[in-house]
Amino acid sequence: MKRIALLLALLALGLAGCGGDDEEGASDTLTVYSGREEELVAPLFERFEEETGIDVEVRYADSAELAATIAEEGDNSPADVFFAQDPGSLGAVQDRLAELPGDVLERVDERFRDGEGRWVGTSGRARVVAFNTDELSEDEVPDSVFDLTDPKWKGKIGLPPTNASFQAFVTAMRLDVGDDRTRQWLEDLAANEPRFYEKNTPVVEAVAAGEIQLGLVNHYYLYLVKAEQPDAPVENKYLPGDDPGALVSVAGVGVLDGAEHEDAALRFVEFLLADEQQRFYTEEAEEAEIPLVEGIEPKEGVPTLDELAGRGPDVDLSSFGAELERTLELLNETGYTS
Amino acid sequence: VTRPRAGRGRAPLSLVLPACAAVALLLLPLAYLLLRAAGDVGRGLRVLTRENTLELLWSTGVLVGAVTLASVTIGVSVAWLTTRTDVPGRRFWAVAAALPLVIPSYVAAFCLLGAFGPRGLLQQLLGVERLPGIYGFWGALAALTLSTYPYVLLLVSAALRGLDPALEEAARSLGRPPLTVFRRVTLPALRPSIGAGALLVALYTLSDFGVVSLMRYDALTRAIYLQYRSLFDRTPAAVLALVLVALTAAVLWLESRSRRRVAHTAPGVARRARLHELGRWRWPALAYCAAVVGAFLAVPAVVLGYWLARGVDRAELPLREALSSVSASALAAVAAAVAAIPIAVLAARYPARWTRLLERLAFLGNALPGIVIALSLVFFAANYAGPLYQSLALLVFAYVVRFLPQALAGVESSLAAVGPRVEEAARALGRGPLATAATVTVPLIRPGILAGAALVFLSAMKELPATLLLRPIGFETLATEIWKLTSVGSYSRAALPALVLIALSAPFVWFLSSRHEPTEVEHG
Repeated sequence: MKRIALLLALLALGLAGCGGDDEEGASDTLTVYSGREEELVAPLFERFEEETGIDVEVRYADSAELAATIAEEGDNSPADVFFAQDPGSLGAVQDRLAELPGDVLERVDERFRDGEGRWVGTSGRARVVAFNTDELSEDEVPDSVFDLTDPKWKGKIGLPPTNASFQAFVTAMRLDVGDDRTRQWLEDLAANEPRFYEKNTPVVEAVAAGEIQLGLVNHYYLYLVKAEQPDAPVENKYLPGDDPGALVSVAGVGVLDGAEHEDAALRFVEFLLADEQQRFYTEEAEEAEIPLVEGIEPKEGVPTLDELAGRGPDVDLSSFGAELERTLELLNETGYTS
Repeated sequence: VTRPRAGRGRAPLSLVLPACAAVALLLLPLAYLLLRAAGDVGRGLRVLTRENTLELLWSTGVLVGAVTLASVTIGVSVAWLTTRTDVPGRRFWAVAAALPLVIPSYVAAFCLLGAFGPRGLLQQLLGVERLPGIYGFWGALAALTLSTYPYVLLLVSAALRGLDPALEEAARSLGRPPLTVFRRVTLPALRPSIGAGALLVALYTLSDFGVVSLMRYDALTRAIYLQYRSLFDRTPAAVLALVLVALTAAVLWLESRSRRRVAHTAPGVARRARLHELGRWRWPALAYCAAVVGAFLAVPAVVLGYWLARGVDRAELPLREALSSVSASALAAVAAAVAAIPIAVLAARYPARWTRLLERLAFLGNALPGIVIALSLVFFAANYAGPLYQSLALLVFAYVVRFLPQALAGVESSLAAVGPRVEEAARALGRGPLATAATVTVPLIRPGILAGAALVFLSAMKELPATLLLRPIGFETLATEIWKLTSVGSYSRAALPALVLIALSAPFVWFLSSRHEPTEVEHG
């Protein structure tokens, strides 16, 4: 027992030692809640620290769980910045976000930011149909998600019904063609017995393995899967025209209202939208998201914003938060999430 | 034969106060849920009466029942084979079969999928197009059984070793075959330990999210997480969590009832039992032990090894994360054991309706999924205990809230085995109740306290959802490291932290599975 007590005392001391450094600088340290994966965005934080000398502390977790955390924390949130995976999470805490200055907002096209300026997109992600290149050529892949209800795709389609980006796509379809037609599409697609996956990555992996032939996902998961299996026979098809399946959504950032380090927080948002950081998505980031600032080219093979400009449904991303409940009801009623 | 009881007088305040304080803190998540559900009663009721909710309740109940049944079957059979028969290599099987306890259930699910899922190792090995699906009920059952049957195995093995073999030997000398002796004599005596093990299994299954999510089985926890994750809506999530609490209460009530039917035999003398000779059943018994260890330990180990080999050039030894995991878990283990002692002593030595209720209440929050506990502590700490928020202390507290029942199970099993006579003697000689507890009871039940603390340690090492939201910023544990890497699909790099987690936990399982090994004659 005594030995155990001694060991514990040592452990506690060790921990106090580890924590010591952080305590001193706490008062001028920027606190970021990041729903974006550490593996993908950690280099951005490091660069910011180097460039500005401002220390950053990052709490990584799921975007929606962080949104729930911010909501529970209320006015006592230690977070200065919320860096999220999707407009829905940002929309969920929009009442807690401060309005961003105009010059920051204007870096990005108004399609990709909150109508009232409370959050701004930092990188784009396009919905695509991932297909197995051993089984299909790009031309054989339908040009519209509405053609996926053709019986010839029975059992060959995969999608992640509980994933936020899939749900955002269904919201876009509802806003574009209405609830009735969306419900019809969901029912017809369900009759084609699609396979359900928990997240985007397993869908792309399943396409690569030939388990299914087509997957409804965001464009950049392809690159993550190829990093793990370079020869995987899978590619993306970007759907043409104003098909809902060509939606472009964003990851984005907002500054908390009453943030203790408001200046540093704003600097961080500006930093994310500076040309150099936008180029990060083209040059360094494995997942190849689409830069949102005019004039920065995306990675080869990924369409530019101009190329995507005329495509996809004409919908307001900042309304997605409020529309989500209806989308979930529809998915539930048509058997996708129950 | 009755259980001897002490302290028929009033329970001393020095025990009542800490016990009540501990239980009150444990009930914080419940208070939070009621607060959230009450925020919008109308909607709450609508969620409750949805057809879907009934289906979720049913599918969760079915899973809990099946996992408990499978875990009890495997746990009891392996425990009996390795303590009471001459199955070859019984000491080895006893430890090896308990080892899956160290595999976090989400890692177990990843491994089972990696082995038997689409594109898994087995499919590659056989070169076939498609295997029968693992997703859904069967996959969830397999992964959860893997993670939970060791609880039954450990508790029942300890009980078997502590059991006076005289009764069994008498039955055998009357010519009863081993299986009959087991069924008619051993099994009834094991009821309390089986009940306690089954309770831990059921509560674990109720609260688990990782497995049901990866295996895509619609259980209540998955629905609760989906509400938080996609709807940002806390009322329906709270209502569903309260349904889970109700289910937990039902499980606790069932377990209490099964305890009541047990006749307590006097502890007697614990000594090494003479082993049953299995004869021609020796080899089938060996094959059975090998199959259990093969399926539940070797399969995950092979998959992790394969992933590690594939990414060995990119692997980094997670030393800092290992230190964080070990220290937070060790603090949690000590805190949970300390908090469990007054609750357990009160319930065992001052039996009354309210002390038993207090003890049951301590279990109530245990089946809540990690996210609910995390968000409730976020709410209370951020708004009412600012300096504690996002501190290591709060994280340790969250572990205690989640895993205290495991410490209770350990302490209670020892308290039941140690009669209160020595304590009565100490009281008669003028020691106060607190001094008696500290100088007599605690040293006597030390093995149980240590076992309970070890169980808490193992669980805290694996904990993920509460760790993610409550850890101090920058505090990385092995579990968060595994989460970070698997969430971008980088299994080859996640294998090393998973193996380190397993390696650091393994000695504790060895300790748990070898305790109570009686020497030739030891007085119980």
